Amino acid sequence: MSDKSHRSLLLRVEDLQLEGRSDETWTPIVKGVSFDLHKGEVLGLIGESGAGKSTVGLAAMGFTRDGVRISGGSVLFDGTDLVTASADTKRQLLGKRIAYVAQSAAASFNPAHKIIDQHTEAPVRHGVSGRKESEEDAMELYARLRLPNPEEIGFRYPHQVSGGQLQRAMTAMAMSCRPDLIIFDEPTTALDVTTQIEVLAAIRKIVEDFDTAAIYITHDLAVVAQMADRIKVLLRGEEVEEAETRRMLSDPQEEYTRSLWAVRSFKRPAKPAPALDAVPVISVQGVTAAYGKMDILHGVSFDIHAGRTVAVVGESGSGKSTTARCITGLLPPRLGQIEFEGTPLPGSFRGRSKDQLRQIQMIYQMADTALNPRKTIGQIIGRPVEFYGGLRGRARRARVEELLAQIELEPSQYIDRLPSELSGGQKQRIGIARALAAEPRFIICDEVTSALDQLVAEGILKLLADLQDELGLSYMFITHDLATVRSIADEVVVMKDGEVVEQGSKDDMFTPPHHPYTDLLLSSVPEMDPDWLSELLKERGLENIGDAASDRM
Amino acid sequence: MTALLYVLGALAALLLAAWAMRLAGRALSGNHPRFRDMGFGEAFGWVFAAAALVFAVWLYGREGAVFFRWAVQGFVIFALAAWLFRLAGRHIGTGGSRKLFRAMPLTASFGVLVVLIYAILAIFAGFIAPYGQAEILGAANVVPGGDPALGGNPAYPLGTDQIGRDILSRLIYGAQNTVGIAFATTCLAFVLGGSMGFLAATIGGWLDQLLSRAVDVLMAIPALIFALLLMTIASVWSARLGVPLTLFMVLIIALIDSTRVFRLARAVAGNIVVMDYIEAAKLRGEGLGYLIFREILPNALAPLLAEFGLRFCFVFLTIASLSFLGVGIQPPLADWGTMVRDLAQFINYAAFAPQAAAAPLLAAGAIALLTVAVNFIVDWMLHRSSGLKE
Amino acid sequence: MGSVTRIVVQRLLLGILTLLVVSIVIFTAVNLLPGDFAQAVLGQGATEEAIRSIRRDLGLDQNIVLRYLDWLGGVVRGDLGVSFAQMNFQSNMGGGEMKTVAAQIAPRFGNTMFLAGVTAMIAVPLSITLGVLAALYRNSAFDKGANLFTLSSISSPEFFLAYVLILFLAVIYPVLPSLSNIYEGMGFGERLEKTLLPALTLTLVVTAHMMRMTRAAIIQLLSSPYIEMARLKGISPMRVIVRHALPNALAPIINVIALNLAYLITGVVVVEVVFVYPGIGQLFVDAVKIRDIPVVQAACLIFAGAYILLNLTADIMSILSNPRLRHPK
Repeated sequence: MSDKSHRSLLLRVEDLQLEGRSDETWTPIVKGVSFDLHKGEVLGLIGESGAGKSTVGLAAMGFTRDGVRISGGSVLFDGTDLVTASADTKRQLLGKRIAYVAQSAAASFNPAHKIIDQHTEAPVRHGVSGRKESEEDAMELYARLRLPNPEEIGFRYPHQVSGGQLQRAMTAMAMSCRPDLIIFDEPTTALDVTTQIEVLAAIRKIVEDFDTAAIYITHDLAVVAQMADRIKVLLRGEEVEEAETRRMLSDPQEEYTRSLWAVRSFKRPAKPAPALDAVPVISVQGVTAAYGKMDILHGVSFDIHAGRTVAVVGESGSGKSTTARCITGLLPPRLGQIEFEGTPLPGSFRGRSKDQLRQIQMIYQMADTALNPRKTIGQIIGRPVEFYGGLRGRARRARVEELLAQIELEPSQYIDRLPSELSGGQKQRIGIARALAAEPRFIICDEVTSALDQLVAEGILKLLADLQDELGLSYMFITHDLATVRSIADEVVVMKDGEVVEQGSKDDMFTPPHHPYTDLLLSSVPEMDPDWLSELLKERGLENIGDAASDRM
Repeated sequence: MTALLYVLGALAALLLAAWAMRLAGRALSGNHPRFRDMGFGEAFGWVFAAAALVFAVWLYGREGAVFFRWAVQGFVIFALAAWLFRLAGRHIGTGGSRKLFRAMPLTASFGVLVVLIYAILAIFAGFIAPYGQAEILGAANVVPGGDPALGGNPAYPLGTDQIGRDILSRLIYGAQNTVGIAFATTCLAFVLGGSMGFLAATIGGWLDQLLSRAVDVLMAIPALIFALLLMTIASVWSARLGVPLTLFMVLIIALIDSTRVFRLARAVAGNIVVMDYIEAAKLRGEGLGYLIFREILPNALAPLLAEFGLRFCFVFLTIASLSFLGVGIQPPLADWGTMVRDLAQFINYAAFAPQAAAAPLLAAGAIALLTVAVNFIVDWMLHRSSGLKE
Repeated sequence: MGSVTRIVVQRLLLGILTLLVVSIVIFTAVNLLPGDFAQAVLGQGATEEAIRSIRRDLGLDQNIVLRYLDWLGGVVRGDLGVSFAQMNFQSNMGGGEMKTVAAQIAPRFGNTMFLAGVTAMIAVPLSITLGVLAALYRNSAFDKGANLFTLSSISSPEFFLAYVLILFLAVIYPVLPSLSNIYEGMGFGERLEKTLLPALTLTLVVTAHMMRMTRAAIIQLLSSPYIEMARLKGISPMRVIVRHALPNALAPIINVIALNLAYLITGVVVVEVVFVYPGIGQLFVDAVKIRDIPVVQAACLIFAGAYILLNLTADIMSILSNPRLRHPK
C-alpha cells in the first residue's frame, strides 16, 4: 500500500444519485456520492446495512438492479460517462475492463456450466484471447490463487467445489481479461474466519501482482484495513468521510466514524471462578447426538454455572447449534444426558414439565423469524407471562410493560406495534423480553448479534450483561465472532467437527499456549491494524493459514 | 394459399416499417437514448400495435361487424365503470379502504365491482328477477332485444327459451344457483383440505405420509374425469335414495378439490412451521390447538385467501362444465352451464339475426366474467404480497 | 451417473405403482354401485342372458379381490369388456357381432391424440416464444396486454371460447367448419381443416397458461445472481437468456409443458362435445349419461394413464436436466 494518487485517473464518480422504487414511487437511496480512483489503487467502501454501498459499487459499473435507477451525477470511466453511454458501449467495457466479484460465489456461478467454461466466456466473447489460451491462463491464475489441483479444478461444476475455493475461482474469472478495475462486493462475508483469511490473502496478492484498481465493499472495518489504500465511509446513502487508510484508522474526523471505531472497546470485568463444589445450572454430560444415522456430536461435556456466561465458539458445522438443540430438547441425545441444577432432564422437550421448560429459554439469531409477524409486541411478550405465570388482564399488561422497560423500550409506545414496525435491534430486544417473561434461570443466545450492525450489536451485548447482573441469569452464548467472546464471556468452549477441542476461562483461552485449532481460530480474526495480514503471512507462511491448516488437524 | 401469402406480405411490410420507424426516430430525435437503445423487437412491437389499432378502427366502422362493435362497446363500458368505481372508492369509505383503492390497478377494481354486482344479484335474485326461474310463460323462442319487428317482445328483454322461460330471470337466478353452489362447494373443500393440510404439516410423521400419499393418488386422476366417473355412480344412488343429485355433486367436487387445497395448505403451513417463533412456542409447551389457530393460521391467511379465489374459479368452471355436459346442476334450477347447452344452436343464426345468437353467449359470458373478475383480484393480491417481499 | 439412474428407476416404479392404485380406486368406485344395477340399466325388457352376462362382467357374484384381479388381467391383455349399450342392442335385436369396448375406443383414441397433437404443435412453440418475449420485455405495454389477455382466456370456460370462435370463424366469417365430422380414410388436409377449430380453442386455453408459467419461470431466474454476473461480464442479452437462463429454466418449462398437455386431456372432453368431435371424450360423456359402466371405466383408466405418464415424463426430464444430479460431488 503506497500513495497512488499521483498516477493517472481511472474512474471519477461525481455527485452520484440513485433512487429505489417502493410502492410505485421513487425514493432517493444514494444522495450524492463522489470519489476518484487512480490506476492500481484500492478504495474501501464501508458502511452499515442500508448505507447503499453495493448500489454505489454496481453504479460504478454503469449497472443498476431492477427497481433502482440513476437519477443524477456521472460515472466517468477512462473518459466514458457510463450513466449516459449506450448499452453497447457499456457491454464493451464490462467483463473486459471492469469486472465484478460477487458476495456469494456459490450463487453467482451458473450451476449448468463448468467453472472453466464460465471463466473463458468473457475473454472469448470480448475477443481478448482464444479459448485454448484462456484455459491455460485460467490454470495459471488458479495456481497463483493457491487453489488445489489448478489443472483440474476448473473442469468441475460449481456445486462440486467448496465456498472458499469458489470465491477464489470467481476472483480468477474477474481477472480473465486483465481488467483495469474490479469491484469486490463483500467477497468474504459469507465465509468462516479461517477460510476468509486465505481468500483475503489471495485477493490482495493478485490485485497487487497485476496492478489492478479495485473498489472493495464491506461492512467489516478490520477487513477493509487490510485491503484498501483509501477508505470511504457511507451512512444511509450519504458520504461521511474519506481518507487514506492509516489516517482514517488513527484519526477519524467525524463523530459517526469514531463511534464505529469505538465499538470493539466494550469489555466487562471477568467474574471470579465458581466454587469447586457449586452445582452447575446446566451440565452437559457426554452428549452424543445424531441426525438420522450420522453422529453430529461426539461426547460433548461442559458445565454452565449460575450467573456466568459460557461462550461456545466454532465455525459453521462445528455442532454448536446442535448442542443447543440437545439442551432445549428438540434433538434428544443418543448417548449422555443434560442435567439442570443436578437433576437430569428428559431427553425430549415433550417429556419435560412446564417448569423445566420455563427454566430454559432461547434467543434466536434472526429476530425476523423468531417473532410472529401477525402478533403485536404485547401479545408476543404477554403469552409466556400468561402461560407460565397465569397472569391475565391488567396484571398481565403491567408485567409486559415492566419487561419492556427492562429492555429499554418505552412501553406505551411499543406495546401495540407489530414486529415489522421495529428495527432489527429492537426486534432482538423483544426476543430478549420474551425469554425474560418466562423468568428462567438459563438462556441460550444463538448468534444473537451476528445479523446486526456493530453499534446495535454492542447495545444488545450491554443489555444482556446488565440483565445478567440484575437477575443472576446464566447464558450459553453461541457465536463465531471472537470479538463478541472477548467482550462478554466468562468461560469459553471451542468446538470443531462436533467435539469440544478446548475449554476454560476466558483469560486462559486468550493467552497462549492454546490448542492448535484455537490458535488458528484466534490468529485468523482480522485486526484493525493495516499491517496485520502482512505480518501474519510473514510470521506463519501461506501454508499455515486457512482451510489447509484446519484440515490438517 | 393466397391468405398465407397475404399474411407473409403484411409481416414483411411491418418489419420494414419497424426498421424505418427506428431509423427515422434516431435521426429526428438526434439519437435520443429512447431510440438509440431500442431493440428491433421493441420497434416491431410498436409498429405492430399501431397496425392492429388501425385495423380495429376499420373493422369497427364496417357494416357486418355487429359482435365486434358489441365487444368493443362492452370493453369500454366496463373499463369506464371500473374507473368510476375506483374513483368513488378513493373518496368514499374509511381511511383503510381509501388507501386500498388508491393503490389498485384498473383490472382489480373491475374485479371488485363485478364480484359486488354478482353478490347482489345472487342474494336478491328473488326480488330482482321479473319472473320465476322455472315459470313457463306464454311465448317460446322470443328473440332477445325486445323489438317486435325482429321477433322480440318488450316484456322479455332477453327473450325466452324453447319452452318459454324468461331468459333474463333465469340468468339472474343462475347467479344464485351456480355461484351459490360453487361457493358452498369451495368452502367445504377448504374446511376439509385446509384442516387436513395443517394437521399434516404440524404433526408430520406417519399422518403426513398417509395423507400426502392418499392425495397423490387422488390427484393422479384428472379432476373433471374423476368427477364425471363419480357423478355416474352418484346418479344411480340419487335416483334410488331420492337425494338430489346436486347435493352429491357438491360433495364429490368438494372432495376432489380438497386434495388441491390440502397440497397448498400443507406447503404454506410447512413454511411457517420451520420458523423460529413456532419452535419457541413448542418449547414453551403450547398445545396443538394453540399452534395451529394462534401461530400458524394468522400467517397462512393471505396465501389461503388468494388460493380460495383460484379454487373458487376452478370449482365454478368445473360445475359449469358438468352442467354443460348435462350431469351437473339439475332442472328445474336455472343454471348458466345448462343454459349454454340448451341455447347453443342459436349461435348459427348469428349471420342474419345477431340478437338471437346473443342469448347463449350471455350465459357463457356471465360465467367467464365472474372468473375473469376473481382472477384479476387474485392476481393483484399475489402481485401485492410478492411486491412487499422484495 | 449411478444416482440418476437410481432416481429415474425409482420414479418409474412409483409411476407404475400409482397407476395400479388408481386402477384400484376406479374399480372400487364402480363397485359402489348398488347390486341390482344391471337390471336397472337394461330395463324391464332385458333377457335373462344379458342380465347374467352383465352380472358376470361386473362379476357381482364373486369376491371383490378376485374380481379386481380378473378385471386387471383383462385390462393388461387389452380386454376392456363389452359396453352395456352394445349388450342391450344385442339382447333386444339379437344376433350380430358385439363390438368390444377396446374396439370402440381404439379409433376414437386415435382421433383424440390427433387433436391433442395438433394443439400441442401450435401451442407449445407459440407459448414458449411469447413467454420468453414477455419475460424479456417485462412490465412493458406488451407484457401488460399479454397478462390481461392470458388471464381472461384462462378464466373463461372452454365452451365459451369455443362458441366465440365458432361465432367469428364459422358463422360470421365462415372460414372453418363448426362441426368436426371426421371419418376413417379421410385425407390429412381435410382432417386437419376439420380439427383446426377445436384445436384453436384448446390452444387458447393452454397457451395462456403455459405462457404465464414460462414467463414466471424465466423472470424468477433472471433475478438470480448468476444472471447478474453474466450481464456484468458484458454478455449480450440474447446470449444471457439462451446460454445462462435457458439451461436452468428447462426443468420448470418442461414441467409447464407436461402439466398443460395433461390439462389438455381434461379440456378435450368439453371441446369434443361442443364440436361433436368423434374422440374418446365424446364417447366418455355419452357413456356417463347412459351409465354405460364398462366404457366409463375404460375411458377413465385411459385418461388417468395418460395423465400419469405425462407427469412422469416431466418428472424424469427435469431430473435429467439438473446438473447437480447429473454430476454428483
